[in-house]
Amino acid sequence: MRSDGRKDDELRPVTAKAGIIKRADGSGYFKVGNTEAYAAVYGPRNLYPKFMQNPERGILRCSYNMMPFSGAGERVRPGGSRRSKEISLVTEKALLPVLELSEYPNSVVDIFIEFPQTDAGTRCAGICAASIALADAGLVMKDLVSAVAVGYNKGRILVDVSKEEEDIEGMTDIPVAVLPRTGKISLLQMDGQIPPAELQKAVAMAKEASRKLYEIQKQALKDKYHSFEVGELR
Amino acid sequence: MESKLLIQDKEIAVPGEILAEGMDFVPGPGTYRIGETIVASRLGLVQVDGRALKLIPMSGKYMPKRDDTIIGQVVDILFSGWRVDINSAYPGMLNIKDATSDFVSKGADLTQYYTFGDYIVTKITNVTSQKLVDLSMRGPGLKKLKGGRIISVNPSKVPRIIGKQGSMVSLIKEATYSRITVGQNGLIWIDGEPENELVAIEAIRKIENEAHLAGLTEKVKEFLDANKSRIKEVEMKPEEPEEQPERFERFDRERPRYGDRPRYNDRPPRREGDRPFNRRRFS
Repeated sequence: MRSDGRKDDELRPVTAKAGIIKRADGSGYFKVGNTEAYAAVYGPRNLYPKFMQNPERGILRCSYNMMPFSGAGERVRPGGSRRSKEISLVTEKALLPVLELSEYPNSVVDIFIEFPQTDAGTRCAGICAASIALADAGLVMKDLVSAVAVGYNKGRILVDVSKEEEDIEGMTDIPVAVLPRTGKISLLQMDGQIPPAELQKAVAMAKEASRKLYEIQKQALKDKYHSFEVGELR
Repeated sequence: MESKLLIQDKEIAVPGEILAEGMDFVPGPGTYRIGETIVASRLGLVQVDGRALKLIPMSGKYMPKRDDTIIGQVVDILFSGWRVDINSAYPGMLNIKDATSDFVSKGADLTQYYTFGDYIVTKITNVTSQKLVDLSMRGPGLKKLKGGRIISVNPSKVPRIIGKQGSMVSLIKEATYSRITVGQNGLIWIDGEPENELVAIEAIRKIENEAHLAGLTEKVKEFLDANKSRIKEVEMKPEEPEEQPERFERFDRERPRYGDRPRYNDRPPRREGDRPFNRRRFS
């Protein structure tokens, strides 16, 4: 039993929504436990300065930001930090494999991910929200991306670690992003130590959990067009 | 393997969702084949058309397409034309020769035709693989927009706003005594009495929000009837006469111009024994 009463392979309660930011081209909301992520997608749109344009494919820009009041007690200083820059980068790398950006040469797709409230697993929640937002923006994608962090401590593997668990001495934190249809991995980080055999087990558990997250993401997108009776279409 | 459809017709599919298994189905727009399965490549409404599966997009930015009539805003004046914002990731280019039949000398002031901020109804003549968009003003109904207002809607809802053979938009036009032009890129121009314009905008927003529901025409009719008291009955503004000349000088030449000389076809017919006309005589 874990401190919040979950089983080892149990996720925190998850809520997901699509299309909540009206002025954005696409948007998503993802809440895991007390971690809340909003993602807004703008684009494909004009890219300047011109030297950044790529004539072969569009580019993706991610911005990860924790709001000043979001953390546990300490005020997060606004503006970028080394940490947020790194997470922006890995989020971008985690999402790129599903996007078919060759359809949008010389343009840019911007994703802004904001966290009003955080309780560990932010990069994973951010990736889940961003993936909903990208689909909502009508971009050409091969798949969605689902992400979850697994923890390892003294022979025990925990799925979707909370801040409380993450702060335990010796806890290894392993965020994993999975493309659900193929089971391929687009993000795998590790902070701590774990025996190789255990790592394989941990990744397998992350894949299993991400399948549940995928179903929630899928439902969020379908629910946007909830009252669905179809008229004659041209 | 037996082919199997995994999703109902007219259901919403999300990217990566497997729509069908087996080789009996063919992937259409918005879908692709991986091995023996057909997978959705974007968010959209599934349409099963015999063996073909296709997705109708529900959202997304406007992607320029050839022969689309769109509304754009002039954002820059270049050496030989205008750059036009067409509500897309890519700007459109309007060249002088596609904009007017006048002779425009080098270095002339192009603002006399279109200047910054002007909205124009224009047509896409070409889109390259790199999304360079060529525009033209030659064609019926292509003009600079004066007065009225522009609103922006989701480009994927434009077909519903226009309706079958323009039935929906003419319904609104007649009910609100306004002139309306719908651009394929999601920009709509409305010109009428200010009160009536508001009703027209509300009707369009209603269509946009309920585009996927059945019986939309009836609902819009009901809405317009319910708001009849808000509409000011006025004479419909007459369409402005098109300034397009009927003929272009370049094509309708009346008399030989300087430099015209007899061509091959103007020669007298050749007779047997004549020297081939293009062979040089050696002496």
